[in-house]
Amino acid sequence: MEVITIPGSLDGQSVDGFFDRVTEAPTGRALFDGRHVRWVDPNGMLGLLTGGAVAGERTGALPRLELPENPDVLGYLSRMGFFQEARSIFEFDDRVPRRSGGSSDVLLEITPVRANVDVHEVVNRVQSRSGAILASRLGYPAASVVQFSVILSEVCQNIIEHAESPGWVAAQAYNWSRRLGRWVVVISVMDLGRGFRGSLGSEHAARYGDRWSDATALEAAFLHGLTRFPDSGRGQGIQQIRRQVQRWNGAITIRSGSARIGQVPEWDDTPPLVDGLAPFPGAQISIVLPARAAGSPEGAG
Amino acid sequence: MSERPVDPIAIDVGDLLQKTVASLHSHLVTRPTGRAVRMAIEARLGETGEMSLSLIDLSEVTVLDFSCADEVVAKLVQRSQGPGGSGTFFVFRGVREPHRDQIEVVLSRQGLAAVAQTDEGRFELLGATTPAEAATWRVLEDRGLLAGEDVTEALPGRDGRDALERLVHRHLAFQSPITGRWHALSRLVSHLL
Repeated sequence: MEVITIPGSLDGQSVDGFFDRVTEAPTGRALFDGRHVRWVDPNGMLGLLTGGAVAGERTGALPRLELPENPDVLGYLSRMGFFQEARSIFEFDDRVPRRSGGSSDVLLEITPVRANVDVHEVVNRVQSRSGAILASRLGYPAASVVQFSVILSEVCQNIIEHAESPGWVAAQAYNWSRRLGRWVVVISVMDLGRGFRGSLGSEHAARYGDRWSDATALEAAFLHGLTRFPDSGRGQGIQQIRRQVQRWNGAITIRSGSARIGQVPEWDDTPPLVDGLAPFPGAQISIVLPARAAGSPEGAG
Repeated sequence: MSERPVDPIAIDVGDLLQKTVASLHSHLVTRPTGRAVRMAIEARLGETGEMSLSLIDLSEVTVLDFSCADEVVAKLVQRSQGPGGSGTFFVFRGVREPHRDQIEVVLSRQGLAAVAQTDEGRFELLGATTPAEAATWRVLEDRGLLAGEDVTEALPGRDGRDALERLVHRHLAFQSPITGRWHALSRLVSHLL
C-alpha cells in the first residue's frame, strides 16, 4: 500500500499540500494515515473526501483510512457526518462513534450536493440554525442570515451547473483566537468535476489561445464573471459572492486544477493567485467570514 | 383616482413557489426553481389581454438568490419590453432589504429597471436608470398622475419630457391610450396592496 500521511492539522492552509501528496502518490492502493490528526476543519474534511475519491478512482480500489486516534477529532468527524459520506470512498474500521446531535457551532454538516433539491435542503438547514450563530459569534445583523444563505445557494449551484459532478458543502464557526483573535465561519465547497477550465473551455479557450490554463480560466470566472452560457444574466454567482464576502471583510479562494485564486483581506496573507500546483480535479472553494471587529459599521467585518 | 386604464392582476410568488416546486420551501433559490416560477407567472399573464399590469408579490419569499432574481425579475422585465415583448407592466411588491441587492444587481447588469415596493407605502425605481429618468419617475410617483396640461409645469425642461417618454417605453410608467395621461404604476395597483 502507498501511504499518504494526513497532516496533523488539515484545514484551508494545509489542504493544497495534502492534494499534492494525493496526486503525486504512486498508483498502488492508497492508505491514508490519519492517526495523528488533531485538528480538521470543513476544508480538511471535504479535502479528505475528495482526496480519497481521487485516489480510489486512480487505483480502482477503495483506499484505506486509518482513523484519528484523538477521540475529540473522531467525535467531531462523526458529528459533522463525515463517516456517512466516507463509507463509499474509504475502507475503515467500524469503531467510529455514533453520530450525535450537532454541536451548537455547526452551521452545516457535510452535505452532498448532487441536484437542485440539495441546494434547497442546504438553504433550509442554514436558515433554521445560522441566525443565532451569525449574531452571537460574528456579531452580524439579523438580516445577514439571508445573505449567508444566498452565498451558500450560489456556491452550491456552481457544483451543479459547472462541475457536472457531485460535491459536498460544510460550514462551521470557530474561535480563531491565535490566528485572528476573533470568531470566524469557515465554509467549504468541493467537487470532483471538470473544473473551471473544463467548464469554460468550449466558449472561451480560443480567445485566450496559448494563455488558456487553469489560472486564466479562474481569472475569467472569478474576476470577469465569464461563464459558458451565452445568457447575459449568467455569471453573477461568484461575482456577487465575492462582493458579499468583501463586505464582511472575509476571504474567498478557489482552487481548480493547478491554480488557486483568491480575494483576501488585510488579515490574510494568502497570495491572490497561485499557479503550478499539482493538477487536481474539480473545484475547491473556501470562504472565511470573520466576526465584526469592535466599532466596525454594521455589515462590515 | 377614478380612471383605471388597465385592470391589474396580483400574483403571489410565495404561493406559486409552493405549488410549482411542490414543497413547503419558501425560498426562491436555484435557477430551475426560478425558471419554473417565471413560467408559471408567464402562463398566468398569458390569460390576460395584450397590455397588462401585474403586481408580483415577493412578500412571502424569505430567501431570493441571484439566479432566481435573474429568472423571475430580470427575465420577466426583459421579456415585457421591445418589439415582440409581452407588453406587460410590472410592479414588484415586498422587496425588503434582504431581496433588494439581488434585484438591483440582476437588473443593473442587463440595463433594466423596475418599480418596486420596498416598504409599506414606499415605492422605488430599482436597476439601471439615468438621473433624468429617476428624477422624472419621482415627480410622477409623487403626483400619481400627469395630464398633458400638467407636464410643462411638472417637468419644465426638455430632458424631463424626454425621460417621461423613455419611462413609458421602458414600462416604468403607464400612458393611457385613451386619455393620453401618464400614471404612476404604484397608483394603478394601490387597490391590490
